Amino acid sequence: MKTYTFTEKKDTRSGFGAGMAELGRSHPDVVALCADLVASLKLDTFIKENPDRFIQCGIAEANMIGVAAGLTLNGLIPFATTFANFGSSRVLDQIRQAVAYSNKNVKICVSHAGLTLGEDGATHQVLEDISMMKALPGMTVINPCDFNQTKAATIAIADYEGPVYLRFGRPVVPNFTPADQPFEIGKAILLNEGADVSIFATGHMVWQALEAGKLLAEQGVEAEIINIHTIKPLDKEAILASVSKTGCVVTAEEHQMNGGLGDSVAQVLALNHPAPLEMVAVNDSFGESGTPEQLMEKYGLTAASIVAKALAVIQRKK
Amino acid sequence: METSELAKVASQVRRDIVRMVHGVASGHPGGSLGCTDLLVSLYFQAMNLKMDDQGSVVFDMSGSGEDLFFLSNGHISPVLYSVLARRGYFPVSELATFRKLNSRLQGHPATAEHLPGIRIASGSLGQGLSVAAGAAYGKKIRNDPHRVYCLMGDGEQQEGQIWEAAAFIPHRKLDNLIAIIDFNGQQIDGPTDVVLNNRDLGAKYEAFGWTVLHMDGNDLDDVASTLQAAQEAGGQGAPVCIIMKTEMGQGVDFMMHTHKWHGTAPNNEQLTAALAQLEETLGDY
Repeated sequence: MKTYTFTEKKDTRSGFGAGMAELGRSHPDVVALCADLVASLKLDTFIKENPDRFIQCGIAEANMIGVAAGLTLNGLIPFATTFANFGSSRVLDQIRQAVAYSNKNVKICVSHAGLTLGEDGATHQVLEDISMMKALPGMTVINPCDFNQTKAATIAIADYEGPVYLRFGRPVVPNFTPADQPFEIGKAILLNEGADVSIFATGHMVWQALEAGKLLAEQGVEAEIINIHTIKPLDKEAILASVSKTGCVVTAEEHQMNGGLGDSVAQVLALNHPAPLEMVAVNDSFGESGTPEQLMEKYGLTAASIVAKALAVIQRKK
Repeated sequence: METSELAKVASQVRRDIVRMVHGVASGHPGGSLGCTDLLVSLYFQAMNLKMDDQGSVVFDMSGSGEDLFFLSNGHISPVLYSVLARRGYFPVSELATFRKLNSRLQGHPATAEHLPGIRIASGSLGQGLSVAAGAAYGKKIRNDPHRVYCLMGDGEQQEGQIWEAAAFIPHRKLDNLIAIIDFNGQQIDGPTDVVLNNRDLGAKYEAFGWTVLHMDGNDLDDVASTLQAAQEAGGQGAPVCIIMKTEMGQGVDFMMHTHKWHGTAPNNEQLTAALAQLEETLGDY
């Protein structure tokens, strides 16, 4: 098992803020919009350095999405930001009509996705956003794993023409992606080679997959671990190449089982290379208040869960 | 263009509208007929449009360096399609494809088929004013002195997003935006006062910080003078909202004074009766 180390834990939303700060200096067409959550989105530096390219929209997310769509007409690149719940389910129709169907170059960048939002509880813990966004034709859906990758993804989507949903979170997590690693939309990252089981993880669950890989190695199981930071378009080639070698799959995500990464992988497998699959995800349930660690434990989004599913799916190969 | 010339265009546009909805036995003639005079006035007189050296309109998606129009109540697409075609954005013959398979003229306006003149999809109501706000904001950022117009329905004012945009636009001093509300008092299920009373729309917009004007949307002279007044009122820090009184079905007597023709197409006899009231001025498609 390849060893991954980190010098610090940082939040992915701060990676977004760092990416926006850099875009503010390098991309004069980038405009930031926010719905009364500037500090949560870590936009302080961008706003301080580019006050004329920041649009405070107030607590009015539907209008913000429409304004963003209109801004694209002038060659501007709007980054519309809020919490993941308010930037997806609350404004699904606005995104569908004014952004996706109209093919506008809007970047919807959302923080506090998933259970790790913590104590605010289920009203804010959106676990359905990947499902909604990936169902929209033409929408790119990205869920990076750590600070450096979120920063790189933020910068990369500014140079991509088309609607993007970029999802990140609140808690500090190990920052292990090399700071100079370029972000390639739709290109999965092979983190560890192995022959026994493929683990496809996204977002905060990527680090848990690496932890699981270590635990599995102690039991003599070689896990192939792949970071699927882009859920749509999905890197089918990487998935099929891996499962051709390992013959079984575990997916891991901080999202509902219905409509998430696991569903997307299942589709690829069923259509191309049927193989046993187990999913680590929230199983048709809302979240609740608690610390991020407590919630990830209670809802089974842990390295231990990945290990258990990996051992189970390997048995199903026989 | 003189009012008499605009009236000729409007008469032809009204013929196009009833023929389009008849041709596919679906669509929304009532609001389209009511808003015909406005759209003709905008596209043939009030708006500053991008032209080539030969004086023909040129479409590019950015819309920089020209006035922009957004149709928020996308169901009155027949009037927009006819006016765009008659203005030269695409062949008039293409109006015959309205709402049919493989057409660029979708039931509600869409960009997916790349129809010149359309910059955003609309149909799900309440969204156009926000998009227009973004376009107007972008013009401010780019120092483009041109204006953005947005037409909405009065029934559409029941959508909550409208009021998000209505608060945002004056707060951000988007005085290059002119919103127009088609105040015909009708919606699918009946009179707006009965379905969900909008009460005093002008007072509401004024309270939100807009300069409010009123006009008779079926009087070409009043439309011209009010649009000019709106242009002059702009640029002073506040956006302008025009409450435009219209008659749904204007120009076809049996389609007026009722909500019945909001989304109903005429049959063969009704088409004949309608066309008899509308002079063919520019040639049918």
